[in-house]
Order: sequence, then structure tokens, then C-alpha cells
Amino acid sequence: MLLDALLLQLGYNATLVAIGAALLGTSAGITGTFLFLRKRALVSDAVSHATLPGVCIAFLIMAFAGGDGRNLAGLLAGSAVSAGIGLWCMNWLTRNTRLAEDAAIGAVLSVFFGFGIVLLTVIQTLGVGRQAGLEGFLLGSTAGMLYSDAVVIAAGGAVTLFLVLLTRRPMTLVAFDPEYAAARGLPVDRIDMLMMGLVMAVTVVGLKIVGLILIVALLIIPAVTARFWTERSEYVVLLAGLFGGVAAYLGAALSASAPNLPTGPLIVLVSFALFALSLFLAPNRGVLAAVLRHLRFQRRVHLRQGLLALAQGQAIYESLTLRLLQRAGLVRADGVPTSSGKARAAKALRDERRWEVVRSDMDHEAAAALYDGLRDIETVLTPDQIQEIDRQIGGPREVLS
Amino acid sequence: MSGQEFVPLSLTPMLIGIFAAVACALPGNFLLLRRQALIGDAISHVVLPGIVLAFLVTGVISTWPMMLGAAGAAIVAVVMIEAIRRLGRIEPGAAMGVVFTTMFAGGVLLLEQSDTSTVHLDVEHALYGNLESLIWLDATGWSSLLDPEALRYLPTELPRMALTLVGVCLFTALFWRALKISTFDEGFARTMGIRTNLLGLGLVITAAVAAVAAFDAVGSIIVIAMFICPPAAARLMTNRLEAQIAWSVLFAVVSAVLGYALAGFGPLWLGGADSVSAAGMIATVSGVILAIAARFGPARGRSGAPAGV
Repeated sequence: MLLDALLLQLGYNATLVAIGAALLGTSAGITGTFLFLRKRALVSDAVSHATLPGVCIAFLIMAFAGGDGRNLAGLLAGSAVSAGIGLWCMNWLTRNTRLAEDAAIGAVLSVFFGFGIVLLTVIQTLGVGRQAGLEGFLLGSTAGMLYSDAVVIAAGGAVTLFLVLLTRRPMTLVAFDPEYAAARGLPVDRIDMLMMGLVMAVTVVGLKIVGLILIVALLIIPAVTARFWTERSEYVVLLAGLFGGVAAYLGAALSASAPNLPTGPLIVLVSFALFALSLFLAPNRGVLAAVLRHLRFQRRVHLRQGLLALAQGQAIYESLTLRLLQRAGLVRADGVPTSSGKARAAKALRDERRWEVVRSDMDHEAAAALYDGLRDIETVLTPDQIQEIDRQIGGPREVLS
Repeated sequence: MSGQEFVPLSLTPMLIGIFAAVACALPGNFLLLRRQALIGDAISHVVLPGIVLAFLVTGVISTWPMMLGAAGAAIVAVVMIEAIRRLGRIEPGAAMGVVFTTMFAGGVLLLEQSDTSTVHLDVEHALYGNLESLIWLDATGWSSLLDPEALRYLPTELPRMALTLVGVCLFTALFWRALKISTFDEGFARTMGIRTNLLGLGLVITAAVAAVAAFDAVGSIIVIAMFICPPAAARLMTNRLEAQIAWSVLFAVVSAVLGYALAGFGPLWLGGADSVSAAGMIATVSGVILAIAARFGPARGRSGAPAGV
């Protein structure tokens, strides 16, 4: 059943939803990356909640004009208008009052959403048209999606994607360093507006599938996930699009495979699963990599300190150090150094002495800056230089004991 | 309107609305000044899975397990946000966005998967609350307020919300000096020996308690709106914290009363037959107040204030 869903074998509607969701997820992931790099991820929350009054008003207008009231394009147009108004209010509040951006986000979000709920109850009590389905915009509802709806969503996703491709360079610049972008002569305000416009477009297109409460997740989570895997912004953008598309596709397919599995929440949960995997497994920035790095460092410190202690004939009581030395074949079980242990210990002590010379000599200033107590001196100085130092400190000495 | 109608039908919802609004607005002042205003938003999203889980475990809609579940979920969320922020080195806003959307999605999924069709537990209920239904049918008029027999049948949300409000007030009053100092100058507070980390955590927990109690009674919209709008409007009225808190309480009360009245009677005045969502209307009124304050508030501008505050 699940396999059928993944291979688009579950019928017309499920296929439409899965393809539409994948397109939406891709454009949301890409758009969200710029928002995330600009450190304004939660702005999307305000934008998405601000769509609700627009949906309701559009419904009322269309219903009173004698139409169906549920025309998707009309509802989406309404939601875009009210999201735009919400965005304008937010910008006005941050620019013209002393309120910080988070307060403005929260204010716009709660007030617009509250007003939307009022309008929803108005629609319910008026009993105009078939109002059932408007609640679907809160959490998304893909059951009974029409071909025309899917076309609207696919076209919206494609246009968003195209716009991002056209404007990715200036948006990257503004996201990383707005002051520099302004100094370069880029219209930062207008690029910010474009970024928000794209966010708005994704939100509006995603209302039908994911719902306005959860669309934020599609904008934020893939970008955060992609950031774990690379340090280059182009790759973050590409990976975020990929993660978003995969998560949306998998989520949509999963939800089609069994009853009572709402599409929006499943897409979000699949993205979170990808995020959690990345958090733990990503090379370099992942938790597992960090733990391994720490352990490796710990082992090196213990080995080094153990060798220095051996060289100076001190007894070692630290059990981890002893274990590490033993495993490396440098000491016997009773703590007495083996011959290779003695050699390594002598070398360690000698290196320490060499470093001392390096650090006290202004000529080696650059090399001395690299001293951290662990670095092999051969990686910093040439054999000639080491010989030169050795001449100053005399020949090798035998290890005590 | 006579007491005969007002007391049973409107007095208790209005009081609950006022208590909830003030209980959220008080910690909201400090959260706003500390630039943590969106915590209310996050908390009100994450309590959903907690409430659903509590329902699935106990099988009934009862208050205490649900409050516990909600509080547990709030704590899990705070821990998760911190963990993601530290482990993944991600900015707090994005970490918050990841956590609260995921937990909300989990809650919705649980809800859809479980058989809750027989009881009144759904996402809409969690969002709008049911302020209008918290009526006191045993009251016959103002005299019922002194009648112990009728008082026994008060909606339980009222004493619970009142208790929460008292708790929030106590926290604010007891730690007033420490809160004030650490909000404005954390470094200075630390040199004075104030445990700023603990205090910050205490503030978030207080906010969570207020949010969970209010969430249970009036739904999440009011919670988010009251955490932010009244304090933000108050911030634009004055430069003094004491005055700001007084303004925010006033705004919260006005929003609750006016919002409830408009929702209940506004449509009647306009010739409609039914009322609209009180929770939504209260949020709307608080937004209108904020808009007026943002346009005309005496301290709305940035001049005289340090940048970004």
C-alpha cells in the first residue's frame, strides 16, 4: 500500500496531491533558506496566520456575488491580499514604533488570526453557500482536491521557483550582509520585499495542502536541515529544496496510504525526521561528529600526557591514560613502558623541549602561534629547522627508569 | 440588561476572559522587554500534543490530567528548543519554529488517529476555546453571588483562572525588583547576585502556567494575543515599567470586556441573529488598541530609547 503510494499508483487524486506537494515543498525549502539565512524565519509565521481573514472575506464576497464561494483561485487571491496587509502592518510597526520585530510578528499573527476566526463564525452563522471546507485551510485538506486546484498549486510552485532562480544572487548577498549589500548599491528594502513576497506566494499556494498553521514548517525546517550538511549557500539552497520536496512527497504519499492520516502534519513530521537525522548524523556540524571529535581529542591529550609522564619517570594513576597507552602497546599491564613506549616517550619529551625553543624564539613566531600541546612539531617546521633547534638543545637523552 | 440575564449568561465568561487576559499580559510585559515575545505563541502551539496524550491515557476529558499533559508538553518543548539551539548551533527563532510546528503536527496527527469523535475535543476547540459556553446556569441574579448553593455550581474554570492570576501576580510582586533589574540590565543583575538564569526560567514557567490555564478555558488565540498586544500597546504609552504594567492590565481588561460584549451583542445590533467567536473578537479588539497606541501613543517613537528596545 505504501509502496503503491510512493510509486503514484493510488489513483488520480493521490497522484495529484503528491506531485503538487513535492513542487510546493521544493519551492518552500528554497524560499525558506533565504529567510533563515536572513534570521527572520518566524516572519513566515505572521504571514501565514495573516492569510485567514483574506480567505474568509474572499469567500463572503464570492458567495454574495452569487458564485460558489469556494473557487480556489479566488480564495488564494484573497489570502494573498490579507497576507500582504499583515506584512505591511508588521513592517510599519517595526519601522515606525519602538517595538521589536518579534513583538510585531506576534501582534500581527494573533490579531489577524483572531479576526479571521471572527469572520469564520460570521460565515457559519450567515449560512451562505456551502461553508464546509473553509476550516480545511487551517490544517490543510487534500481530500477532494480538484484538477484545477492542483494546476493552481503546481503553477504557483513553478513561478516561485523561477523567481528564486532569477534573484538568488542579490538575495544571498542581502541575507548574509545587508550593510555590505547596501554599500554595493543594491536596493536592500526592495529585495527584502521580494523575499517576503516569495514567502507570501509559497504560503498562499500551500494553504490548501498543508494549512496555514503548519506551512511555516515547510519554510523553516528544510532550510535548517540543509544548513547541517554544507557551509556553502548555493548548496544550502539546493539541499533545502531537495529536502523540502522529498519530505512533502513522502508525507503526501504516506497520508494517501491509510485513512485518518492528515497530509499537512505528516509532511511536517517527515521533514522533522529528516532534520533529526541531520542533527545527529551530519558530518562536521552533526552531534555524532562532534562527540567523535571530542573523544578523539580526549584520547590524544591522554596519550600525550601519558607519554610525557613516562618520559619523566612519573607514575600514572589515571585509568583511561593507562588503558590507552596499553592498547597502543606503549606500556605493559603493570605500567612499565615497553621499548617502543620508551622511544615514543623520549620523542614526546624532546618535542616538548623543541617547542619551548620555538616559542621563545621570535623568528619562529608564526610557528609558535600553532602550539596547542598536541601538534607534532614536524607538521609545523621543516627538517632543517628542527635540526637547527636540536643543535641548540643538544643530543637525545635516555629515558629514566 | 438586568442582573437576571447578565449574571448567569455573561458574568462568568466575562470574568474568566478578564482573568485570563490579565494573567497572560503580566508576564507578557517582561517577555516583550526581553525580546522573547513569541514564547507565548510557541507554548500555545505545543500544548496540543500534551492535551491529546493526556486524553488518550485517561480516556476522559478532565481538567487535571490535561493541565499536566499540557505543562509536560511545554517543558518538553523548552528543553527541545534549547537542545536544538545548542547542539545544532541554530538561531533561536528557527529552533523555535522547528519545535513548535513539529509538536503541533504531532498533536493533530494523534487527534486524527484516535477516536475522539464521541467527545468534544478537536483542533478548532483548542484554537477558539469555548468562552461563550462557560455559563453559570444556577444563578438567578446578582443575589446568587451571596448564595452558597448557587456558588457551588460555578464553572470550575473561574476559580482555576482566578487562582492562576493570583499566582502570576504573586510571582511578579515577589520578584519585582529582580525581574526589573535583570530585564533591563542582565549583567548588572548578575553582579548584584541575582540568579538571572533561574529567574528567566521562572518567568517562562510562569508564562507557561498562565498560558496552559488560559488555553484550557479560552483557547489559544487569546493566549497569543494577550501575551503580546496589551504589553506592546502599553510599551508605546510610557517609559516607566510600573506605568507600562498598569496600562497593559487596563488594555487587557478593556479588550476582554469590549471583545466579549462586541462578540455577544454586536451582531444583534447589526441585525444579525447569532453571536460570533468571543475569543477572536477579544484578540481583534486588542489589535485595534495596539493600532491606536502605535499611531498616537506618547512614547511610540524610538527617540530617547536605546536602539532596538
